[in-house]
Amino acid sequence: MAMHTDQAHDFEHTGEVPKPQTRAIWRTFIILVAITALEFVIAFTMEASTVRNAIFIILTVLKAFYIVGEFMHLKHETKSLIWTILIPMALISWLMVALISEGSYYFESVTNYFK
Amino acid sequence: MMWFFLLSDAFTFGSFLIVYGLSRHKNMPYTGTAEAFTFSQEWWPIPEKVFNAFPGFHGLDLPLAFVALMTMILILSSVTMVLAVEAGHRMDKNDVQKWLLWTILFGSTFLGCQALEWEHFISGTEQGMILSNGAHIFGANLTINQYGPPLFADLFFFITGFHGTHVFSGVILLIMIFINTVNGVYQKRGHYEMVEKVGLYWHFVDLVWVFVFTFFYLI
Repeated sequence: MAMHTDQAHDFEHTGEVPKPQTRAIWRTFIILVAITALEFVIAFTMEASTVRNAIFIILTVLKAFYIVGEFMHLKHETKSLIWTILIPMALISWLMVALISEGSYYFESVTNYFK
Repeated sequence: MMWFFLLSDAFTFGSFLIVYGLSRHKNMPYTGTAEAFTFSQEWWPIPEKVFNAFPGFHGLDLPLAFVALMTMILILSSVTMVLAVEAGHRMDKNDVQKWLLWTILFGSTFLGCQALEWEHFISGTEQGMILSNGAHIFGANLTINQYGPPLFADLFFFITGFHGTHVFSGVILLIMIFINTVNGVYQKRGHYEMVEKVGLYWHFVDLVWVFVFTFFYLI
């Protein structure tokens, strides 16, 4: 066919490709690198403690927010999809907290039993 | 649909990390100072002391340096992937090819780094560990572990191995869509939705690494 009917071919022929819009992508990248660098600084300057672990978890969730929200575009999807993804993840985090405390309890009862 | 697949995959990784948290808390934590730390099957090891080698710098104590490099490579691959998706929106075939190729390169580099990391973890340090029955062991496999309780090594192999398998299948998918892009399949179809879907998968792999990195290497 000599005639080009779809737009895609027109782009290719005339070379009229729109300019890239990448500012938001690089901004997100810089934020992710900065958070990771901060995590390393904390890993080497702070003593291991519950506070340090809490900081790590907060920073991780922040990174996850940027990856899922910006890179995976979830922030710009419909409300129902956002909730469909977020609610099961919240339940999983709950299970994690529950089982970690269960592990501590198990450890304590075993060590106390053999005291 | 990709979102629901990823959600179910997140459950799998979630359960791995939950098991990690559970077993870590039911084992003895290390209570002394970080300087005096030695490997023992009595307590859970400090990750900084286990992962302190860098290929090519033998014998130097570089805690977490290699895993930092791996994290950076994966974040960078995520960025090049999102740039490929963005180029797809503009129907810019050349840009899609360029960014997909970068993503394949970074993904493969990550896999290579992980192979080195595993190699070091399996072969172990020169000192090794002497067990209570007098046996001298080096490195780790599924039954023995010089760094701590054998469960630590098992979880390391399962969690990072499962993640590595995901990266590997991601690289295969990327190569497939790269070939299709070069052949102009998506240009003829009129949209680059397939690149977007593989992109979602790839970001998910990066996301999982963010969590593995925090829970396995930092905490």
